[in-house]
Amino acid sequence: MPEPLLDVRDLRVSFRTRTGAVTAVDGLSFSVAPGEVLGVVGESGSGKSVSMLAVLRLLTNPNVTVSGEVLFRGRDLLALPDKEMRAIRGREIAMVFQDPMTALTPVYTVGWQIAEQIRAHEQVSRKKAQARAVQLLSDVGIPDAASRVNAYPHEFSGGMRQRAVIAMALSCSPALLIADEPTTALDVTVQAQILDLIRELNGLGSAVVLITHDMGVVSQIADRVLVMYGGRAAEEGPRRAVFHGPRHPYTWGLLDSVPRVGGARLRRLPTIAGMPVSPGNIPEGCAFAPRCRLRHDRCEERPALSGDTHLDACWLPPDDRAALRLTARSSASAATDMDTEAAS
Amino acid sequence: MNLSPSVGARRSPGPWRTAAADLVHNRSALAAAALLLIVVLATLCAPLYADHIAHTDPFQSHVSGTTVVGGKTVPVLTPSSTGLGLGVTPIGPTWDPAHYLLGADNQGRDVMARLLYGGRTSLFIGVTAALLTCVIGTAVGVVAGYAGGVVDAVISRILDVIWAFPVYLLAICLSVVLLTNGLKLGPITVEAGSLWLPVAIIAAIYVPYIARPLRGQVLVLRNKEFIHAAIGSGAPTLRILRREVLPNVVPTAIVFVPLMTALAMLTESALSFLSVGVQPPEASWGTIIEDGLGLLYTRPTVTIAPGLLIALTTAALNVLGDGVRDALDPSARLRGGV
Amino acid sequence: MLSFALKRFGSALLVMFAISVLVFLIFFATPGVDPAARIAGRNADPATLAQVRHSFGLDRPMPIRYLLMMRHLLIDRDLESFVNRGSRVIPQIVQATPVTLSLVIGAALIWMTAGILMGTAAATLRGKAADPLIMLVGVVGVSLPAYWLGEVVNLITQKQLHSSVFSWVPPPGYVGLSQDPGQWALHMLFPWLTLALLYAGIYARLLRGEVITALNEDYVRTARAKGLSERRILIRHALRCSLIPIVSLFGLDFGALVGGAALLTEVVFGLPGIGKLTYDALQNLDLPVIMGTVLYAAFFVVLANALVDILYARLDPRARHA
Repeated sequence: MPEPLLDVRDLRVSFRTRTGAVTAVDGLSFSVAPGEVLGVVGESGSGKSVSMLAVLRLLTNPNVTVSGEVLFRGRDLLALPDKEMRAIRGREIAMVFQDPMTALTPVYTVGWQIAEQIRAHEQVSRKKAQARAVQLLSDVGIPDAASRVNAYPHEFSGGMRQRAVIAMALSCSPALLIADEPTTALDVTVQAQILDLIRELNGLGSAVVLITHDMGVVSQIADRVLVMYGGRAAEEGPRRAVFHGPRHPYTWGLLDSVPRVGGARLRRLPTIAGMPVSPGNIPEGCAFAPRCRLRHDRCEERPALSGDTHLDACWLPPDDRAALRLTARSSASAATDMDTEAAS
Repeated sequence: MNLSPSVGARRSPGPWRTAAADLVHNRSALAAAALLLIVVLATLCAPLYADHIAHTDPFQSHVSGTTVVGGKTVPVLTPSSTGLGLGVTPIGPTWDPAHYLLGADNQGRDVMARLLYGGRTSLFIGVTAALLTCVIGTAVGVVAGYAGGVVDAVISRILDVIWAFPVYLLAICLSVVLLTNGLKLGPITVEAGSLWLPVAIIAAIYVPYIARPLRGQVLVLRNKEFIHAAIGSGAPTLRILRREVLPNVVPTAIVFVPLMTALAMLTESALSFLSVGVQPPEASWGTIIEDGLGLLYTRPTVTIAPGLLIALTTAALNVLGDGVRDALDPSARLRGGV
Repeated sequence: MLSFALKRFGSALLVMFAISVLVFLIFFATPGVDPAARIAGRNADPATLAQVRHSFGLDRPMPIRYLLMMRHLLIDRDLESFVNRGSRVIPQIVQATPVTLSLVIGAALIWMTAGILMGTAAATLRGKAADPLIMLVGVVGVSLPAYWLGEVVNLITQKQLHSSVFSWVPPPGYVGLSQDPGQWALHMLFPWLTLALLYAGIYARLLRGEVITALNEDYVRTARAKGLSERRILIRHALRCSLIPIVSLFGLDFGALVGGAALLTEVVFGLPGIGKLTYDALQNLDLPVIMGTVLYAAFFVVLANALVDILYARLDPRARHA
């Protein structure tokens, strides 16, 4: 494995609330190699967005405490002075957010906002920055960019805005792009275009962290996958390994709940039983244990993320996970059938 | 259904109770409420103070009266020694509750006793005008917002015009006209000197302040699914208004009550100060300030004391209003940030 | 754009017309009020009343009466005061306008500057000592009676501390800007400060709320992710967007103040502006003067609203197509 571009070690984020401290990210470690696409998946509240905001130090709420190490090219971002951190944001690490409708300042033209970012990091004239903005907009596939550059965000559709936000993120050719559910708020057809755009960008050499709750998206684009649950990493590994030999029961649930075009027609899509943990009361032991069909005594204790290239945090015997998955699946469908019968 | 509250163990406390709990934990709002309570109780005790402590009639001139200061008998009013000698200088504060605690005005009347009586008037006008405005404003806003179409257009235009008109100017115009003859509007007759005249005027001019934001709220509600559902189920309009619309706008209207009371009290005092508000023999804090105008440089207490009381009371109302707003409807805004 | 401007112009005229009708109705059609009786005096005999009625056209139908009044006011411009026969209304208004404009523009500059500074400071220092202090100033501003504050300021500057700290304060009154700019500013200083104090707090409070909301918006997060400085994020992004609602409130307040809402401050400080003129006319029920000043007020309110619409469109691109 080459020297990682981003190496996050034991990241912890907690919020102080009226009812006490709430841990949103609990000892998360992962790394991103140069040029790699890391897909981060998990349900809402699994801490995936918060951890990425923590990486860029965008959690400005005074009630938040962040600890751990975020090494970017060997420098700890969490210990960097504000000024140096600002030089990294937007220039070396860019971020694209979920909702393009609100991500742009409504009172400035799209071009102005792109040029603003360029001029924040490079000594270029206003004119040159504006010309670069036109080029970037046309690069991300906005037709007639030369005139659209002077349009205001409200004059763009959702997909166009997300393109504009991506154009802005690309403006300084960042080494790493963090995309937080960039397609969730968009139409399905637009989603595919945006994913293509991210793939192209990756082709130009930028590493990408793609946060999503959509396994389909991850399977299309990621080199490696990080599955998060309850603010912790549940499983991490190369995409093929995770999709073809998932090791953590939570990952099984995620994969089983994806409908398949070619597969057998199911009466009802499998779901993961129970409710996602809330960051307020994550169990001492394995966070997934309360919903896991294969939980046992050992799960009272917190499992470490272990393995070689394909890691997982689970106490089940490492060798026969595939067989265990089948057991879990049949017991789940039996339970579902019973539910259905009881209901009918 | 017959569910007693104890049976519904997992029932959430409900919006009103949550709001009340929030308010009880808001210290500045509690302090403001306590202050208001003290002011109200004090003004209620006005006759007690006048009859049993000060032994004076604050509505009667005591031009040649005397009082006792430090064991000596002194006149309440002394002819002024400066200028033409035409004016009089009333007695200043004695800090003795039985003998002109805060001094006298230029007719020899006990300022403290007048303050207490004036406070009754000011509070009465402020509270009734505010309640009236909120009720009328809510009704107008709900009707305009729910009816839509021509009704809404007409009401909105009228509100716009009143809204664009400087309120004090409008209030003064109305007062000047109505003060001589009183108001005769169909079955309602308000005598010229009646306190209900400033109440009606103040209530009328502030209606757009309430009606406009509430109309906006109702417009939003009108397009909500639960209203469509109620209409679709064939519920009569009045029931929809009562059961679905009103419960959603009443919290906002309630938020406006203390803020509106403060605004109404300030307006009343301004009108009275301009001598087009409360008319003699009634007194309000505004008329006492006006009485003190000629004495500003010799006996400033006559002006300062009622002004401080107005400022204190309206400040308490505003703080309490902020607390109620935070508890009930954080987005509620009267005109401006108030 | 032209159609937008025409529409805007049309609605402005409509508002002015409506206000003039409203005022006309208040004075001439209020039930139980006889304007002739007010003009002729309290104990006038019926013959005098009839004469007054005739000479002021009060025996004509209401719409004719309204039109007569408007014709004198706008076309012939020879409307005369009922009370001081011979003194024309329009010149009085023209004379009073610069006084009111001096007062309101000066105060507006002070309260907008103070309001924006305090509101932004309060929003960024949320939870620290300065924040509650600024909010306190806000509550004080909305709770003080304007005229009383003026009286107290007069008391302090003219009497209590006049022999020491405030010996430089001139007596209440007005000196024209063209006559002596220094004296003009000196005479206006305390009226400005008094008026500004009443508004600065409201604006600071409103702006504080808007900035706090804006700082939690997604676009501020985007701006941070772009690597902009906190200062630039605050001023160019959060504050810039927060000014939009402030400006629309400012238009209303400014128009109302120029149109006569500064009356109390003018009366207390002896400034012969529009508010004072209206006040004096109201004391005598001098209907032509009142109609004149109120229409003037309507003109300024409507003008201010139109200017705000234009400014609003400059500030908020989303409003340009509305």
